[in-house]
Amino acid sequence: MNCIIIDDEATARAIIGQLCANVKSLNVLEEFSNAIQAIKFLNQNEVDLIFLDIHMPDFTGFDFIETLKKPPKIILTTSDANFAIQAFEYDCIVDYLVKPITSERFQKAIQKAETMSPKVVAASASDKEVASSGNDLYVNIDRRLIKIDIPSIYLVEAKGDYILVKTEDKNYTVHSTLKKIEDKLPESLFLKVHRSFIINIKKIIDIEDNSVLIKKDVVPVSRSNRPELMKRLNLL
Amino acid sequence: MEQPNFSYINSLCGGDEVFKQKLIDIIKLEFPEEKEVYYANYTSKNFKQAAENVHKLKHKISILGLEKSYEIAVAFENNLLEGNTNLNEQFESILNIITNYLQKL
Repeated sequence: MNCIIIDDEATARAIIGQLCANVKSLNVLEEFSNAIQAIKFLNQNEVDLIFLDIHMPDFTGFDFIETLKKPPKIILTTSDANFAIQAFEYDCIVDYLVKPITSERFQKAIQKAETMSPKVVAASASDKEVASSGNDLYVNIDRRLIKIDIPSIYLVEAKGDYILVKTEDKNYTVHSTLKKIEDKLPESLFLKVHRSFIINIKKIIDIEDNSVLIKKDVVPVSRSNRPELMKRLNLL
Repeated sequence: MEQPNFSYINSLCGGDEVFKQKLIDIIKLEFPEEKEVYYANYTSKNFKQAAENVHKLKHKISILGLEKSYEIAVAFENNLLEGNTNLNEQFESILNIITNYLQKL
């Protein structure tokens, strides 16, 4: 497996590099001290596995994953066990290693990465597509997975580290990002009209200049998103 | 107070003395830099940044086998995130112990 290491700490990169050197099936292509450099590399090179530190200045490991359209397998490496729950939200993450990483634990993680075939990763990706084209979306609230009927969602609003999902019956505050839910919602129904808002275009009541009335909410429409909105409407 | 040791580094190196020396050299280079950044942020009461620095330093604390000190660093990082400077003296004495240890290598 061709892999790269992303960690802002030279000591950590050296340790992971050494652990990789002890595994014949691993070939370290490059090491990066920040995620931005790695994104540039990935634009031109394919890798099978990324060792990714979560806690980096400016651009965290999770920010990095969000930028990848087709993420390869990822093993998170961190000094902080508190991110484990968040890590399971990503299908591409095969394991989560808490520093200092021991050889034994590292070997286990590699075995997991090796047994998770590309097909399984592809299946995870297609599961996402099925989920987004289906009618249900499960959201994690207080460690419970709550089912939301997708067509009943009329508005999603970004609120800092959370999103507010408004449905016909109820509103849900979920620890997630607008980008993540946008990927899960069917494009045929939903449109991002502003950097903080996604709307269900079937639920629009009226449009006035740079805003949309949807249920009782007046939602701003940014200038850049307005042409796409107009294109999606059945205008007379 | 517990003292640094090479038990983790030795288990990682498996007798590879070249890598062991390389790792020690990296730590000797990186630790003083991280420590300096931490002191600068702490002194200027930039506690969130200081917590980030403690986060990074605690990895080195664990690499050097300082298990109890690691726990102190974890607690101190959390304290700093809340603007609380309790445990600063203990944390800084850990940094001093590591500094002295690395200087003797």
